[in-house]
Amino acid sequence: MSEAQAHAEVHHHSPPTSFIGKYVFSVDHKVIGLQYYGLGLLAVIIGMVLSWLMRLHLGWSTLAIPGLEKLSAAGAPGNVMTPEYYLSLMTMHGTIMVFFVLTNVPFAGFGNYFLPIQVGAADMSFPHMNMMSFWVTFTAFLVLMAAFFVPGGPPLSGWTAYAPLSAVGVEAGPGQGTGQTLWAISIAIFCVAQLLGALNFISTTLDLRTKGMSLARLPFSAWAWFITSVIGLLAFAVLLPACILLFLDRVAGTSFFIPSGLVISDKMQAHTGGSPLLWQHLFWFFGHPEVYIAILPAVGIVSHILPVFMRKPLLGPRVLVGCMVAIGFLSYMVWGHHMFVSGMNPFSAILFSVPTLVITIPATIATLLWIGSVYGSRMRFTTAALFCLGFISVFISGGISGFFLAQPSIDTYLHATYFVVAHFHFVMGVAAIFAMFAGTYFWMPKMTGRMMNETLGKVHFWLTFVGVYCIFMPMHYLGLAGNVRRYAAFTDDFLSPLIPVHQFITIAALITGAAQFIFLFNLIWSRLRGPKAPDNPWQATSLEWSTTSPPPFDNFGGRQLVVNHQPYEYGVEGPDGDYIMQTAPEAAKAR
Amino acid sequence: MKMKLFVPTLVVLLVSAALATLAVAPPAGGTISGKVTYTGTPPKMKPIDMSKEPTCAKEHAASPVMTENVVTGPGNSVEWAVVYVSAGDQGSAPGTQTLKFDQKGCQYIPHVLAMQVNQPFEIINNDPFLHNIHPLPKINPEWNKSQPPGTPPQVEKYDKPEFIPVKCNVHPWMHGYFVVLNTSHYSLTGSDGSFKIAGLPPGKYTLTAWQEQFGTQTQEVTVGAGETKSIGFVFKALPY
Amino acid sequence: MGKLFGVVLTVITLVSTAIFIFHGNLLWLPVDISAHGHGVDHQLMETMYGSGVLFVASQLLLGLFVWQAAGRKEGWKYKTFPGGAKPMVISAIALVGIEILTLSFVGSRVWAGVYLSPPDPKSLQIDVQAGQFAFYFRYAGADGQFGGLHPDKIDEGSGNFFGLNPRDDVAARDDVVVASLVIPVNRPILLTMHSKDVIHSFYVRELRIHQDIVPGLMIPLHFTATQTGRFEIVCTQLCGLGHYQMKAYLDVKTQDDFDQWLKQQEAAQ
Repeated sequence: MSEAQAHAEVHHHSPPTSFIGKYVFSVDHKVIGLQYYGLGLLAVIIGMVLSWLMRLHLGWSTLAIPGLEKLSAAGAPGNVMTPEYYLSLMTMHGTIMVFFVLTNVPFAGFGNYFLPIQVGAADMSFPHMNMMSFWVTFTAFLVLMAAFFVPGGPPLSGWTAYAPLSAVGVEAGPGQGTGQTLWAISIAIFCVAQLLGALNFISTTLDLRTKGMSLARLPFSAWAWFITSVIGLLAFAVLLPACILLFLDRVAGTSFFIPSGLVISDKMQAHTGGSPLLWQHLFWFFGHPEVYIAILPAVGIVSHILPVFMRKPLLGPRVLVGCMVAIGFLSYMVWGHHMFVSGMNPFSAILFSVPTLVITIPATIATLLWIGSVYGSRMRFTTAALFCLGFISVFISGGISGFFLAQPSIDTYLHATYFVVAHFHFVMGVAAIFAMFAGTYFWMPKMTGRMMNETLGKVHFWLTFVGVYCIFMPMHYLGLAGNVRRYAAFTDDFLSPLIPVHQFITIAALITGAAQFIFLFNLIWSRLRGPKAPDNPWQATSLEWSTTSPPPFDNFGGRQLVVNHQPYEYGVEGPDGDYIMQTAPEAAKAR
Repeated sequence: MKMKLFVPTLVVLLVSAALATLAVAPPAGGTISGKVTYTGTPPKMKPIDMSKEPTCAKEHAASPVMTENVVTGPGNSVEWAVVYVSAGDQGSAPGTQTLKFDQKGCQYIPHVLAMQVNQPFEIINNDPFLHNIHPLPKINPEWNKSQPPGTPPQVEKYDKPEFIPVKCNVHPWMHGYFVVLNTSHYSLTGSDGSFKIAGLPPGKYTLTAWQEQFGTQTQEVTVGAGETKSIGFVFKALPY
Repeated sequence: MGKLFGVVLTVITLVSTAIFIFHGNLLWLPVDISAHGHGVDHQLMETMYGSGVLFVASQLLLGLFVWQAAGRKEGWKYKTFPGGAKPMVISAIALVGIEILTLSFVGSRVWAGVYLSPPDPKSLQIDVQAGQFAFYFRYAGADGQFGGLHPDKIDEGSGNFFGLNPRDDVAARDDVVVASLVIPVNRPILLTMHSKDVIHSFYVRELRIHQDIVPGLMIPLHFTATQTGRFEIVCTQLCGLGHYQMKAYLDVKTQDDFDQWLKQQEAAQ
């Protein structure tokens, strides 16, 4: 190990002095982490506004929304949203949320900031590559945003961009012009950034751990970031060529995904020989691990934060890490469960269904470990703790609906209904976001040197927790009733009786969305005026609490930390209280 | 008669006669008229099943709408044909009146809208649900727009002559044509297949008759001042 | 705070579960009119019971433990769950594992019954074409033969949705092309489905059947309807702006009514 460590030393550079060097093109992983977080914040606000527009239209499909025509004259004549514009907003909502929020913040955001610190390093292995990965992500974001402003508008084929709709070009209809090409370019650029980031995370975790920081002593969050980056390396490596092939079909006349004999808008298409199902296989081979890329850091963050406020270690820490590894491994075997009725060989459905159901087991174990950990504890109910508990609840809700969808015979009925929308929003749109909130309230004092306001935090929590159940629980009922998803309006006799349920959801969504401004206000106000944060406001044990708030440029002020303890020694008699820090001398014993 | 009134009366009579000559004299315009007919067996028009739009299905339940690609009538007449001056045109005036293209009862009314280059036309949605209008030009710019119910009419125009098929993406049976011409000397045949182009200065004209299924035919006609010429166009029809 | 969490979580759990139980007609599956559908419904209900119990138990347990965690005083020494992590691992593997095995085994047979079994040789074969944004259906006509499909001959304005060539292809002349799927009750039906442009999907809730229609593929789907009536066929694979509106009606008639209808259609071709 020491030989490897001797080679793998971070390039020690002196701190930057210019504004650009400090805050713009910075190689400091902490600045980069905050940049990712800031980008994620901007993206989530845009994504949320898009969801409000969508929900308004679904509740009241003839509503004239003031100002909409200015955003798109063709998309909203007379301020009334056309179905193509609804689908475009929906596509952008999904794309922005999945890529620029859920992959960005829990992984690239918090991970960039805290992985090096939690392993005891002064920076990531490759700080310049790290800086590049952020700016490449930012470029991808700009390219995607440009899709709003090109003629033809943003793409409308969903974040899943199934071919041939996404591949044939502008003939497929409004929304399938330049906007779709920009989408393919943006996501390809995003893949490059993720690959660069993943490499950094892996090498940092393996090579830069400080003395005494064995893999067994890594905090759960570090484990999660490590496993996620391994998954990401393989998954994004498949999405990148897929997007390139899609791009070529669109602009270079190739036919990877387009078969022959198609007649679109009364024109025979010249393409021949391609397979629409190939796109689906490539996309979902990436897409399924992607959702675990979204949730595993959340699992790690929540598991890391809970013990702090329970003042007891998590039940079965090694088992939890084993579960994360198992989930990561199994995530590569299940992609076909998105394709049960896709036209692929129906026998494959049975094959994919088995590992999909098996993945329930580590997820269940993890959930039981969390619930079992709360047992017998005395909790300190900070906002971060509340969001962790809320995470457990919504993770259960989202996971259980997955159990239905994993079975092909049931998926026959529930495929492409609101049941699916409920499922993925609970696990991704709610659980992962709750973990991001928990991480924010927990780590903001460390990152900014200021405490966030707990009262505002609690109001934010309660409105959000009740709100998300009001939004997404009814979607299960809609799905069972046969309410198809990705519909711009419900005009037929079968679905129109369900519109009042949609209106209820819309109102809940608007109120819950408004509550997020409490969080935003808290974030900004606390950053500017919040009370100063001590080094260790939560009396926590992991390495980030062994340094100042915020940490100095090289994280630990030139010290080389020596780790002697596990990360979750709480509820013990330690030198500073009921905990023992990882860096405490070896002599300090646990109870 | 009294000598005092003779000259003024004569002046009045002479002026009136001159004015009358001017007023009554016809514009030196000729007329070409006739009928568009077919021989043979035209394809059978089929009733359109509008069940995917229940409002329209109900509206037409008693008498279904038929396909309109070949609409024939008594005497082998051909409706929806456009006869126009394709060469030798003179005295054509630009089209300024705003024409109307209506979407009602899941049909395009009229089935063929003949217009001139740069002449504005309004697309109106008179149904209580969304229509989508997608003309398919090859020369003019292509656009594809949805029109939610209750939104104002869309005003469009084309600046190059072309025969443009029009479809509704949402109701696939809806089909029509925009016929964009660079002459004001055209006529659309009605249910009796007749056409009439008036106000032609004397000269030699090439007339083209176009029908969406049968294609085009041309004839040369020379018209003198104030002359009416009668011609006929006969298309060969096949059942398939 | 903690007690409030326990209470709120309990209320949310009980209200959500109550609506699943007392769903009425609106928030539930419509009537099953297919021969195979009872298998799907049975699978769904088994999963509903199993996961319902897990859902209620885990949420209420979480709520209870949080309530207790809120009530403890300063100086409390934490207690570890009896048995530690072992009971969690064992119960997860045992409970979930058994559920998975049984559901998989039974469910696979339900699935195979629809998608992996050959159609009845006496099925009534109907050709289905999906295209932006409607479904069209084709019957072979009196000669019992389907005409060939020629995409370059598709002309919607004249009603030639399938691209038939009746001029040269005699078998195509009597093909019945309609916009509704009309079938006789209690008779095996075989659909051969294809798409003219992008991926669409064929979904009839009451038939408990769902199949994507992929351009470039000819996908068979067979079923038997057991009740007469009129039901919606809706597209569930995003296909463009008209996706929300893309539907057709399934008309299940008695055999006599169907025969009469088919005769009428054949005469009109």
